[in-house]
Amino acid sequence: PSFPRVFTTQAASMASTAGTLDSPVKQIQIEGMVVLKIIKHYQEEGQGSEVVQGVLLGLVVEDRLEITNCFPFPQHTEDDADFDEVQYQMEMMRSLRHVNIDHLHVGWYQSTYYGSFVSRALLDSQFSYQHAIEESVVLIYDPIKTGQGSLSLKAYRLTPKLMEICKEKDFTPEGLKKANIGFEHMFEEVPIVIRNSHLINVLMWELEDKSTVADKHELLNLSSSNHLEKSLQLLMDRVDDMSQDIVKFNTYSRNLSKQQQQKHQYLQRRQQENAQRQSRGEPQLPEEDINKMFKPPQPPPRMDTLLIAGQVNNYCQNVKEFTSQNLGKLFMAEALQGHN
Amino acid sequence: MSVFGPVVKIHPVVLASICDSYERRNEGASRVIGTLLGTIDKHSIEVTNCFSVPHNESEDEVAVDMEFAKNMYELHKRVSPTEVIIGWYATGFDITEHSVLIHEYYSREATNPIHLTADTALQSGKMNIRAYVSAQMGVPGKTVGVMFTPLSVKYIYYDTERIGVDLLQRTRMTPGRTKGLTSDLSQVAGSASRVQDMLTTVLAYIEDVLSGKVTADNSVGRFLMDLVNKVPTISAEDFENMLNSNINDLLMVTYLSNLTQAQIALNEKLVLL
Repeated sequence: PSFPRVFTTQAASMASTAGTLDSPVKQIQIEGMVVLKIIKHYQEEGQGSEVVQGVLLGLVVEDRLEITNCFPFPQHTEDDADFDEVQYQMEMMRSLRHVNIDHLHVGWYQSTYYGSFVSRALLDSQFSYQHAIEESVVLIYDPIKTGQGSLSLKAYRLTPKLMEICKEKDFTPEGLKKANIGFEHMFEEVPIVIRNSHLINVLMWELEDKSTVADKHELLNLSSSNHLEKSLQLLMDRVDDMSQDIVKFNTYSRNLSKQQQQKHQYLQRRQQENAQRQSRGEPQLPEEDINKMFKPPQPPPRMDTLLIAGQVNNYCQNVKEFTSQNLGKLFMAEALQGHN
Repeated sequence: MSVFGPVVKIHPVVLASICDSYERRNEGASRVIGTLLGTIDKHSIEVTNCFSVPHNESEDEVAVDMEFAKNMYELHKRVSPTEVIIGWYATGFDITEHSVLIHEYYSREATNPIHLTADTALQSGKMNIRAYVSAQMGVPGKTVGVMFTPLSVKYIYYDTERIGVDLLQRTRMTPGRTKGLTSDLSQVAGSASRVQDMLTTVLAYIEDVLSGKVTADNSVGRFLMDLVNKVPTISAEDFENMLNSNINDLLMVTYLSNLTQAQIALNEKLVLL
């Protein structure tokens, strides 16, 4: 689903402060409340493999991006055809301003399913955000990984190189070669730090006092094959996509080289003909426009390949992280048995 | 004190929002109020969301921006249509006369609303979080008043919320009140060390009992037996086999993903030639 673009005078004011910074954000600081809100939003509205999205509000302090609040975005439903998303956003921000909540747009968040978030839609949305507000980020929340024991929240921005390419909209192979961009340089990850005010810390003490020591040790759970299976399945699908793409590109380059050959042959024949005619004293054949005769084949867009490669890379990273954790757990279990 | 009526279950996100809006209150305002959203059950009321409402309070009158409250509720309903207004909250230690008026307003919005107070000014050294329901009292026909009866408050979490709260609780320890997000093996290590700490505490207790310093408690003894029996007794050979096959699976997957990554990197280089 495409994300609406709402950029008003706030964007202009943000851009002016960004101009004085000589580098984009180095660190992200999130309030604990925002984390809880994102978790809650997914839990209540995002069952199944649908993504939930929302807007992040905050401010920029030196080279840190502080996220102090957020609000969720309703999902796109079929029967809400006249639902004006822009209006919803404006109303929400206006209301929040009344209660002194920072109303500056600093990014957006999205939930992901097993790590599959590198898509065209995300790229477009993040590009329009980053174009208007230089420091904006996209927070990717992985609920399944979080359910396994550790909060999985990552912040990404597009690299300047990728921004350039998106601006030019030049997705042909030559364009990408010029920029020399690989799938590893598409997104840059920004480290996240969670910060709580003193009052929230007091609240945390109260909660610990009052609530039971629940089943807190999901992280040490040994059963992992389900998760691994799903991840590998997704990885295989992506790799299939990638191989199709490669085949397309190969046929294209083969066609291109064949055409080059044909052009060459044609030119040669022309020259020979002309030489013969000259020797016979006849007028030469006019030079025809080669390009009109041999229409060059359409080069396939390379952006999709980049995206797929990036996604495959992401899956592989996740799988490796997962296996390393599990190996650790298995060795611990072995130690436990050894004492028996 | 005995409590009647349904149990109020609160999610921590609501309390965090209340604290946050208290910190952002206007100059001169001593407390903030807002609406509580959630779901009502036969036996319990679950509070899952809230938003603050601007209001002005002086000695003799109180003004609440009702338009704003209605607007915000509409917006929130768009995202989660199952949440309804179930009451309102106020920060501060006690219930004042103004609370009665505000409560009346909320009675129009919801049937039998609950009133939540959170003492963010920490007047009694703790943040007392209490919930109340109003009840009529007095002589019918003559002076009628409103009494707030307390309800019991419980905190409930979703699983993922529990994990999030655990992470947040660790910010209490660091001086800058910050905490980065760790990943990979370090998390497993952290979890294991926590289990180790717990085991040392238990061992210390057992030592004390054995040396006679502390009287043995039978229920604790039963728990201990459960604990020891949790480690399954499998023959060493079987365990070896299981362990090895699992390790082999994981190693194979690691190898394959490394291979895939090398492959796409290679493909990239070739295309850019």
